[in-house]
Amino acid sequence: MSETDKPVLLRMRDIHIDGRTEEGWQPIIKGVDLTLHKGEVLGLIGESGAGKSTLGLAAMGYTRDGCRITGGSIEFDGIDLVKATERTRRSLRGRRIAYVAQSAAASFNPAHRLIDQYVEGPVVHRVMSRQEAERDAVELYRRMRLPNPEEIGFRYPHQVSGGQLQRAMTAMAMSCRPDLIVFDEPTTALDVTTQIEVLAAIRDIVAQFDTAAIYITHDLAVVAQMADRIKVLLRGEEVEEADTRTMLSSPREEYTRSLWAVRSHVSPAKPRPAPDAVPVVSVRAVTAGYGRMDVLHNVNFDIHRRRTVAVVGESGSGKSTTARVITGLLPPRQGQILFDGQPLPPDYRQRTREQLRQIQMIYQMADTALNPKLRLRDLIGRPARMYLGLKGKALEERVRELLRLIELEPNEFIDRLPSELSGGQKQRVGIARALAAEPRFVICDEVTSALDQLVAEGILKLLDRLQGELDLSYMFITHDLATVRAIADDVVVMQNGRVVEQGPKDDMFRPPHDPYTELLLSSVPEMDPDWLTRLLAEREKGKAGAAADA
Amino acid sequence: MEVLTTLFWIAVAVSVGMAAGWLFLRVLATALPGRAGRVFRSAPISAGFGMLVILIYLLVAILAPAIAPFSEREVVGGQFLPWDATHLLGTDNLGRDMFSRLVYGARNTVGIAFVTTALAFLLGSVLGLLAAAVGGWLDQVLSRVVDVLMAIPALVFSLLLLTIFGTSVVTLILVIAVIDSTRVFRLARSVGMNIVVMDFIEAARLRGEGLFHLIVREILPNASAPLIAEFGLRFCFVFLTISALSFLGLGIQPPTADWGSMVKENAVLITFGDITPLLPAGCIALLTVAVNFVVDWMLHRASGLKE
Repeated sequence: MSETDKPVLLRMRDIHIDGRTEEGWQPIIKGVDLTLHKGEVLGLIGESGAGKSTLGLAAMGYTRDGCRITGGSIEFDGIDLVKATERTRRSLRGRRIAYVAQSAAASFNPAHRLIDQYVEGPVVHRVMSRQEAERDAVELYRRMRLPNPEEIGFRYPHQVSGGQLQRAMTAMAMSCRPDLIVFDEPTTALDVTTQIEVLAAIRDIVAQFDTAAIYITHDLAVVAQMADRIKVLLRGEEVEEADTRTMLSSPREEYTRSLWAVRSHVSPAKPRPAPDAVPVVSVRAVTAGYGRMDVLHNVNFDIHRRRTVAVVGESGSGKSTTARVITGLLPPRQGQILFDGQPLPPDYRQRTREQLRQIQMIYQMADTALNPKLRLRDLIGRPARMYLGLKGKALEERVRELLRLIELEPNEFIDRLPSELSGGQKQRVGIARALAAEPRFVICDEVTSALDQLVAEGILKLLDRLQGELDLSYMFITHDLATVRAIADDVVVMQNGRVVEQGPKDDMFRPPHDPYTELLLSSVPEMDPDWLTRLLAEREKGKAGAAADA
Repeated sequence: MEVLTTLFWIAVAVSVGMAAGWLFLRVLATALPGRAGRVFRSAPISAGFGMLVILIYLLVAILAPAIAPFSEREVVGGQFLPWDATHLLGTDNLGRDMFSRLVYGARNTVGIAFVTTALAFLLGSVLGLLAAAVGGWLDQVLSRVVDVLMAIPALVFSLLLLTIFGTSVVTLILVIAVIDSTRVFRLARSVGMNIVVMDFIEAARLRGEGLFHLIVREILPNASAPLIAEFGLRFCFVFLTISALSFLGLGIQPPTADWGSMVKENAVLITFGDITPLLPAGCIALLTVAVNFVVDWMLHRASGLKE
């Protein structure tokens, strides 16, 4: 799909942007060129810190607080946004250039109804009167395939789901029929099943109004569905740019190839456990919940020695609650947890120190899971000191050993604070803290979902290696099926607090499936640029078939 | 014309203060090696000024007998003598040397305020963090007791308690410390509540950590920034409360020199256009401002706020 015959809408030349740090101004964007034609979708990808969002915002002539444009020009439809007055820039924003943020929940004003926030743009820019804008909102809500388009605008942001909110936000960005929309990771915070709907809605509406878009994401499979062209960024510099198909089939640069290869990691299959083997952990007929509400209903599964059990399902399916029951944070109403065949006390306060030591947990958000005021020496050293009674020299040596195990150089890192680490390094420290207790069973709660793919890949490989070396069993909570494919031996699929399907990984990825597993599996974006189109067509056909059968 | 002269002197005072603050920071930055020196180099001038003032107050308080030419309670001349070479700031209503009493007042007023604030903090933050960490009925009981104590206006309540228990320095410290600790409790509890829900606290609980470790090692370091800020403010409030009580006659008892009661005793002079009685008030104001400058800066550093 070549768009080069269309007129140029946005042209950035040799853009330099600096950000303020403690050591003074540091370059964030180091001379990037960007050209966007009318009606074209450009995908910006790269790891976090690559400068994607900064560049995307610069397309609006905007920089975040503490950032400044130090060189280059941004020409939008003949207007130089760098030199233009703030007044001119403001008259363009919302009217001709719009922005859709990553977290719609945080970007909507919780005190106003959706439709009130929708009409604000058109009314301020004098595009429409309030009545016209309200009628228009309903029309766009319908096109974004929101349920009850006539009424949904009269709800408050907290009254609609995350996926719906993200679509409402896109509708709002469309309200003035802008020439350019900047999408900043609009689906990153959503489940795979919800993501599909949002992606499809965004793609349709952008095509219908012939709007140009900059689509920022770190998910290659997503960008493959959305973009005509892809630009890869690394540390503020362009790695390469090409149209989507060329980029996917024959990337030129080594770095791009490494991004592409991420999803190829698959752990080797392990022999199945003997039928009479005692599982390390078994969850037996557990029913649990908060208050009067039951969140888990009769959940059963086993985790055998040296195996990784992936628990998958969308948010609210009870994955994390299961983990809380196993750790003893939430005593179950019925059922019990067996460790090595022996029942564990339901409440963690009744468990012995030895029992606590055996089960460790790695958290999703390393930011909140590590005490920000403790240095790595203490963070990692504490469990070793508590459980194993190490002191002084022996303790220090153990901490260094653990740091080497997670591939961080001890001399450099032992006296750092968590704030002096990158996201991936923090997660490694979280792993080291769990391992310091020398556990036999580790619960990994979405450990890679907050990380970039390359970094996540490193973490998965590390966990895989440690399992063999330290004789560990994992319970891996995730909603990302690529992760499951990469690391799991067995899979447990959960929906609404029930186990809908379970078994070894190879069986799970082979049909026939439970309908929910099928939906989950088919919703994982693939690198093929035609995947979304094909999937939507298939689902449409399926629905039509079901209707015909009825 | 007079307005202009006043403005001129204010401008002079402000610039001298800024220059002194800047100079003080330079000296600290060069005198201290490594990390500490770097910290002071990046500190704002206001913080330098504040630290300088606090340092001077401390020196005056410690070296009071060496600095003051006369004793704080000795009658050395006539009443209300004007400023001259022997009595730098004149004498008060009983003929005691005003300058000497100001110097001793630093020791008494600041010392008592500091001890009181420290005590209030110890009590308030320990109980507040405990309530946050344990929760349940302990939290309920402590919080309700604090609510009851806070329902009575602080000044009226302390007047009442001081009348009941008498007006020795020890009762003064205890009464104000207890009343002020309720405010600290509320702050510590609410800050603690936000920290207790974090994953690292859950991790520590699951590790089997005891309550003491939980509070001291996991919660307290993360609550220190707002607590330090509160310490600065609270110190000023306590300071003012003591001065107010002294002014009302229930605080530090004569003949001990105290800035609050010194204002009261010499208030009559104001009628004659003499500013001497306002000097102790000025001392209070200056220290209050200085403490807040320093606390602002510490809060800024601890919380990583950008301007």
